[in-house]
Amino acid sequence: MIRVVLPAHLKNLARVGSEVQLDVAEPITQRGVLDALEARYPMLRGTIRDQRTGKRRAFIRFYACEEDLSNEEPDSPLPDEVAVGKEPFLVVGAMAGG
Amino acid sequence: MSGVRLLVGTRKGAFILTADGARREWEVNGPLFGGWEMYHLNASPAAPDRIWASQTSGWFGQVVQRSDDDGSTWEPVGNDFAYEGEAGEHLWYDGTPRPWEFKRIWHFEPSPDDPDTVYAGAEDAALFQTTDGGKTWTELPALRTHESGPGWQPGAGGLCLHTIILDPANKGRIYAAISAAGAFRTDDGGKSWLPINRGLRSQGLPDEDAEVGHCVHRIAQHPSRPDVLFMQKHWDVMRSDDAGGTWREISGNLPTDFGFPIAVHAHEPETIYVVPITSDSEHYPPEGKLRVYRSTVGGDEWEPLTNGLPQANCYVNILRDSMAVDTLDPCGIYFGTTGGQVYGSADGGDTWTAIVRDLPPVLSVEVQVLP
Repeated sequence: MIRVVLPAHLKNLARVGSEVQLDVAEPITQRGVLDALEARYPMLRGTIRDQRTGKRRAFIRFYACEEDLSNEEPDSPLPDEVAVGKEPFLVVGAMAGG
Repeated sequence: MSGVRLLVGTRKGAFILTADGARREWEVNGPLFGGWEMYHLNASPAAPDRIWASQTSGWFGQVVQRSDDDGSTWEPVGNDFAYEGEAGEHLWYDGTPRPWEFKRIWHFEPSPDDPDTVYAGAEDAALFQTTDGGKTWTELPALRTHESGPGWQPGAGGLCLHTIILDPANKGRIYAAISAAGAFRTDDGGKSWLPINRGLRSQGLPDEDAEVGHCVHRIAQHPSRPDVLFMQKHWDVMRSDDAGGTWREISGNLPTDFGFPIAVHAHEPETIYVVPITSDSEHYPPEGKLRVYRSTVGGDEWEPLTNGLPQANCYVNILRDSMAVDTLDPCGIYFGTTGGQVYGSADGGDTWTAIVRDLPPVLSVEVQVLP
């Protein structure tokens, strides 16, 4: 089970608690996790990545295992700790503005 | 007794203000969608319990919310606003070409007779429509792809389509206004568009009488006189008596003719309201006095309305979609400020009270009359 933590505004939008747990087909990649997330919570489409191009929105970051994975290729494998559910995949609103 | 409901969009959430027909005691509900920029909320005339809300964020983009129970509960609906075909380019602030890119919805205009049909004005300027209750949105591309489109440049607030008027007398006629392209009209439901800017003069343009490029801030129409349009332009208050074919200036004795909103009295089609703002570089009322100006003769002659409004040290702005009139008698008029106040008058503007004072900066105000 893949664990995903969303920023507060997206938790409210999707009406979820502190963490979302998703079944994701292997290999576990950023794209696979986000596809599964948007399939379960369609209201999140367009809020994390562009609906057409799949490109990450400018002020969204992806972190896991204390690493910034934002600029990794979408189809690169995520860390094993995320793949086995030990660590969450963090979707973060970048620090910008007030 | 009938009542009224104000739908207020702010920089940090939406608020719903309700009162009975006397409009003295108000209940304030909110914030809804706290922390999000709520550009516009508007209700369906065909199903008044249905409310549309444009929820936006620099981080998370565009969300569209719909309520079918007077704003008690909300559901996110479709938010995919894709430009038709090869989107092409417009001009950026510096005069270089820039690809069209959807940023947000500034304005929803629900159909008067179909609850599932809504028009949406976008930044970058485009007109979208849903006919399935918001599930899908389709561009009416003829406006953006007008031959003048590649030359459109954004105003300071962005290249936004902010005004949509569905003509009550001519089914296929729609007016749209874009900053800073100008005003446009279609007579065939959006298949073709005509720039309607003849008579506008803008000193910021190399050709002051250019067909397009004018920074139109807002257009208002009275439903009983659909060919008469009133416009607050960047500078100048204007009037057209021929459905936008020609315009003439009606600024008259206004202390300044810069401003953003303009509204028409619900029962007196020659009574109009503006809020003069000092200048394009000083977005606050002249002399720190918040004054609504009313003309009861269709322009040129204006009187200040000050009773209940701050007449010292007031340096707020009133944005283009932040003024609305109700259809009760006497007519109610409302406006919100960038200082977070929402003012209301239940007597056509003679006296004003602050319904609420400390909201986030107000982006939009709409009003509904409830049964």
